[in-house]
Amino acid sequence: MSENLVTVVSFSLFLFIVFLGLFGEFLAPYDPLATAASNTLRPPSWTHPFGTDNLGRDVLSRVIVATRLDLSIALSAVALSFVIGSALGSVAGFWGGWWDRIIGRFSDTIMAFPLFVLAMGIVAALGNTVENIVYATAIINLPFYIRVSRAETSVRREAGYVAAARLCGISEIRILATQVFPNTLPPMMVQISLNMGWAILNAAGLSFIGLGVRAPDAEWGIMVAEGATYIVSGEWWLALFPGAALMIAVFCFNLLGDGLRDLVDPQRRT
Amino acid sequence: MLQAVPSIFGVIVISFVLTRALPGDPAVYFAGAMADKESIEQVRQALGLDRSWVEQFFIYVGNLAQGDWGQSLKTGQPVTEELLKRLPASLELTFIGLGLAVLAAVPLGILAATNPGSWVDHICRLLVTAGVSLPTFFTGLFLIYIFYYLLGWSPSPLGRLNILYLSPSHVTGFYIIDSLIAGDLEIFLGALAQLILPTITLGLFALAPIARMTRGAMLGALSSDYVRTARANGLSKSMILLTYAFRNASLPVLTTLGMVFSFLLGANVLVEKVFSWPGIGSFAIEALIASDYAAVQGFVLSMALLFITVNLTIDVILAITDPRVGLEE
Repeated sequence: MSENLVTVVSFSLFLFIVFLGLFGEFLAPYDPLATAASNTLRPPSWTHPFGTDNLGRDVLSRVIVATRLDLSIALSAVALSFVIGSALGSVAGFWGGWWDRIIGRFSDTIMAFPLFVLAMGIVAALGNTVENIVYATAIINLPFYIRVSRAETSVRREAGYVAAARLCGISEIRILATQVFPNTLPPMMVQISLNMGWAILNAAGLSFIGLGVRAPDAEWGIMVAEGATYIVSGEWWLALFPGAALMIAVFCFNLLGDGLRDLVDPQRRT
Repeated sequence: MLQAVPSIFGVIVISFVLTRALPGDPAVYFAGAMADKESIEQVRQALGLDRSWVEQFFIYVGNLAQGDWGQSLKTGQPVTEELLKRLPASLELTFIGLGLAVLAAVPLGILAATNPGSWVDHICRLLVTAGVSLPTFFTGLFLIYIFYYLLGWSPSPLGRLNILYLSPSHVTGFYIIDSLIAGDLEIFLGALAQLILPTITLGLFALAPIARMTRGAMLGALSSDYVRTARANGLSKSMILLTYAFRNASLPVLTTLGMVFSFLLGANVLVEKVFSWPGIGSFAIEALIASDYAAVQGFVLSMALLFITVNLTIDVILAITDPRVGLEE
């Protein structure tokens, strides 16, 4: 299979996921919160393609509606770590010296923790809310952004166009912001795409152990957790479909990231 | 040894900040929901919350050094005791999972690198891409569904040992070792049966990065000058592959193992929940839900220290394997 085809497929899948995230509530065939006591734990059928859960809610509708929450948690976390991480990383890479040492030490310290465990600790300290899941996921992703941004900035610090800008008398901060930073963006985009999948997995993992998202809300991680109890008695559809949705979303972002990396950096092709 | 000191210091600072970042009055949190004014005041004194930040930090470090990591609200026992009691269960899971992953991933990576473009290579690439996308808790649940519910091969996924058996007398805390020491084969097999599914779940999770690294490192080593020279000198295939190429390729793989271990410690929490495994992960989840802060912080801190220890061990092994890596650096 050609590499381009994989990228095209993953990109279409990406558009589909975003589409579900934006318009999920209109596409869902049933109300994701509507319970039906007479219609509980039904296996997949024509009326309920993904079956119904222990409260008679339609699993398909819940999986569709959950897309928005999962995507927005991951997207806000990734956006936060991108903004803070690239600011810290480019300062460290551009000025070096003490900035570099302090920022490097900070990012090493985060990396000294098992990251998922650190996220649990942060959520415990800040409080058990969806917002804090976002902050925790953003913090544990920071080192990756700092690292990429620092490396990309420091190789461009002495580039010809930077020297030219200096000769024109442009201030250092403006050189960093207008000349160097835009050039570090392509590798950062690759990092974002690879990181999105991981952020989704991480947030779903946290809600699987009961943090953040609360019970009636539809979210893939908590849906798998709710379905887990029914696995041992054979009701597989409760956990399979949200789990598969999660897996496909992560898979899609990883493929997209690999494809983008090949475009941006052909030398590192795998 | 020395390079671990700043990491340990950083970890302690962050965990100190986390304990003090609690919204509201930390003393109220650490004393628990049932505490009255007097016990809150007591906790405030013990944590030194009435003093300056610097003093508080030194008190915190002093308490940690003396093994006083606070009391678990739920059980009333010291946190260190609770963690140490459950640590073997988690380590048994993590290490066997990592071992399985290495045993499967390293040969797979080598085979894929020696036959690029072959079906082994394609399987390797598929596993690597799919492996990083698999939510651990999801893999675990479906292994349970297939091997427990559908096929009935595996025992019920509830803990380390069937309730019919008594746990073996405590020597190391690892059931499969303790039962062998006690000479009880039945308990050994029972404990082993319980271990199979959770360790395979962890192994599948760890397999992808190790296989990817092995494949990449072996490809690099096989295209190097020294392998070409070895080939030109007519050395045997296995000699070139194992002694020349793999010994060099094992260095980046070993370095990756540190990172994989860190991710495994996180995945372990999820797997313990899925398999009702009575390890520190389950303990931490219960503590999180019950807002038992001292227990959660103790868990985070102990996992970070464990991770630093593992990284240090890997550095030492690297220095032994590779004469170019100096110990003094």
